Amino acid sequence: MIIPTVPPSCYLVLGAILFTIGVIGALTRRNAIVVFMCIELMLNAVNVSFITLSRFLNSPHGVMFVFFVMAVAAAEAAVGLAIFVQLYRTRETINVDEINLMKW
Amino acid sequence: MGITVPQINFSIIAPELIISAFALVVLLLGVFFPRTGKNDYLGYVSLVGIVVAFLYTFPIMGKSQYAFNNMIVADGFGVFFKVIFLIIAFLTVLISIGYARRVDIDFGEYYALIMFATLGMMLMAAGTSLITIFLGLETMSIAIYVLAGLMRGDRKSIESALKYFLLGAFATGFLLYGMALIYGSTGTIILEEIAAYIKSKPELLRSPMIIMGIALLTIGFGFKVATVPFHMWTPDVYEGAPTSITAFMATGVKAAGFAGFIRVFFSALGAFQPDWIAIMWLLAVATMTVGNVVAIAQTNIKRMLAYSSIAHAGYILVAFVAGNELGTASILFYLLVYAFMNIGAFTVVILLGKRGEENVLISDYAGIGFKYPLLGASMTIFMLSMAGIPPLGGFMGKFYIFSAAVKAEYYWLAVIGVLNSAISVYYYLRVTVFMYFREPEREITGLTFSPASVVAVIISVWGVLYMGIFPSDILALAQRSITGLL
Repeated sequence: MIIPTVPPSCYLVLGAILFTIGVIGALTRRNAIVVFMCIELMLNAVNVSFITLSRFLNSPHGVMFVFFVMAVAAAEAAVGLAIFVQLYRTRETINVDEINLMKW
Repeated sequence: MGITVPQINFSIIAPELIISAFALVVLLLGVFFPRTGKNDYLGYVSLVGIVVAFLYTFPIMGKSQYAFNNMIVADGFGVFFKVIFLIIAFLTVLISIGYARRVDIDFGEYYALIMFATLGMMLMAAGTSLITIFLGLETMSIAIYVLAGLMRGDRKSIESALKYFLLGAFATGFLLYGMALIYGSTGTIILEEIAAYIKSKPELLRSPMIIMGIALLTIGFGFKVATVPFHMWTPDVYEGAPTSITAFMATGVKAAGFAGFIRVFFSALGAFQPDWIAIMWLLAVATMTVGNVVAIAQTNIKRMLAYSSIAHAGYILVAFVAGNELGTASILFYLLVYAFMNIGAFTVVILLGKRGEENVLISDYAGIGFKYPLLGASMTIFMLSMAGIPPLGGFMGKFYIFSAAVKAEYYWLAVIGVLNSAISVYYYLRVTVFMYFREPEREITGLTFSPASVVAVIISVWGVLYMGIFPSDILALAQRSITGLL
C-alpha cells in the first residue's frame, strides 16, 4: 500500500489554523491559565510551520529554531505559572476580568 | 543540509559573557551570604560587573566583525546600543540600592535578573540572525516579567506582572510567526542573507507570505516598544511594577525593542521600505497623539510617565519613518538622552517616597520645590527636557528627529510631531507648577535620601545637560555607529 504524501502547504495551513485558534482563544477566554494555554498553542502552531518550512526548504535552520522556541516556551511557562500562583494567593481569583485594580 | 562548525570568537561577546558571569555570582552570593536588610552589597557587586562589561565594549568599538556563523556581530550599531543598555543598567542598579530594601525586594535575584535582562538586550542589539534576536528578546522579557511582579505581597505588582506576561507572550507569538513566514519565503534566518535573497528575487516584493511576515513582525516589535494600538499594557504595567523596574522598562526595554526593530527592518527588509512606511507613518502619528493626549488626564506620576513614554516611542517612530542617515542616528541619540531624563525622573519619584508611603500622585508634589530645592530643580530639568525645551538634551533629540523627517520630505509628520511636542509641555510643566506654585495639602516628612540614588540623579542631570549643550559629539558618534547598517 502506498501512503500518499501530504503536500507541505497542508501543514502550513494547519499551522495557520492552529495559530488563529490560539489568537481567538487568547482574546476571548477569561481564565488566565486557559489564555496562557492558547498562547502556547500559538507558539506550537509556529513550530509546526517552522518544521514544515525547514523540511520543504531542506535547510536546518527552521528545526534549530524550534528547539529554541520550545526552550523559551518552557521558561515562559515556569514564570507564568509562578505569577498565576502568586496572583491566586493575593486575589483568590485568576479570572482576568477581575484583575482590574488599575485602568485608564 | 549541512551544519558548519562555527568559528568561536569570544572577544566579540565579552560584555555579554561578563554580565552573565556577574549575574550568576550575584545570584549565588544572594543565596549563600544573605544579609537580611543589608543586601546592598549585592548592588555594588552588580555595579562592578556592569562597569567591567562596559570596559570590555572598548575593544570591539569601531569594528565590524561577525562571529558564530554570522549570528552575532560587533559593529558600531550594536556597540552603541550596548553602551546605552549598560548605562541604563548602571543607573537602574544605583537607584535600586536603598529602594529595593525599602520595598523588601533586595535579594540576589533582583540584581541578577536586572543583569540577565541587560544581557538579553545586548544580544538583541548585536544579533544578526532571527534566532539571536528572538532569544535576546525572550531573555530580556522573561527576566522583566519576574522583576515586575517581584513585590509579592503587593497586589498591584502582581497584577502588572500578569498583564505584562500575558500580553508579552501573546506578542511573542506574533513575532515568531512573522519570523517563520520570513524564513519560509527566503530560506534563511541570517539578516544579511535575507536581504541578499530578496535582492536576487524581485518577485518576492509582491509575495503575500513575506508581507504578512513583515506585518506580524511589526505587531511583535510594536508591543515591545509600546506603540499605539499595541500600548494598552504600558500604563498598568508601569504603574504596578517597582519604580526602579519601571524606569528600567521604560528606557531599556524600549531601547532594545527599537534596536531589534531597526536591525531587522533596515538590514534585512530594507527592500520593503516603500511598503512599510505608510503603516509606520500612521503608527507614529497615533502613538504620539494618544500618548500625549491621555497623559494630560493622569493624576499618578508613574502613569503619566508611562503615557509620556508611549509618546516618546512615537517621536522615535518619526525618525524611523524618515529612514535616512540622520533619522537613524537621531534614534540612537534620542534613546540615550531619553535614558538619562527618564531614569532621572523616576529616581526623583523614588526619592520622594518612603517605606509604606510612595507618594506617587502628582498632587503629592505640591511644595516640594521649596522644601527640597535641589530635588525640585532636578525634576524640573528632567520635565523640561522631556518637553523639549532648549538647552536640554531632549530638545536636541527632538530637533534631530524632526529635521530628519523634514529632510526626508515628511513635512506633515514633522508638523504633527511638533504640535504633539507642544501638547506635552502642558502635562510636563504641570508637575513643575505643582512643585513650585501649590500649597501642599499634607506634609511629606521624614524622607531619607539614599546616597546611591542621589548619585544617579546627578549623573542623569549631567547627561541631560551635556547632551543638550554639546550634542554634536554624541551625534557624530551615532552617525559613525550606523555606517554599514542602511
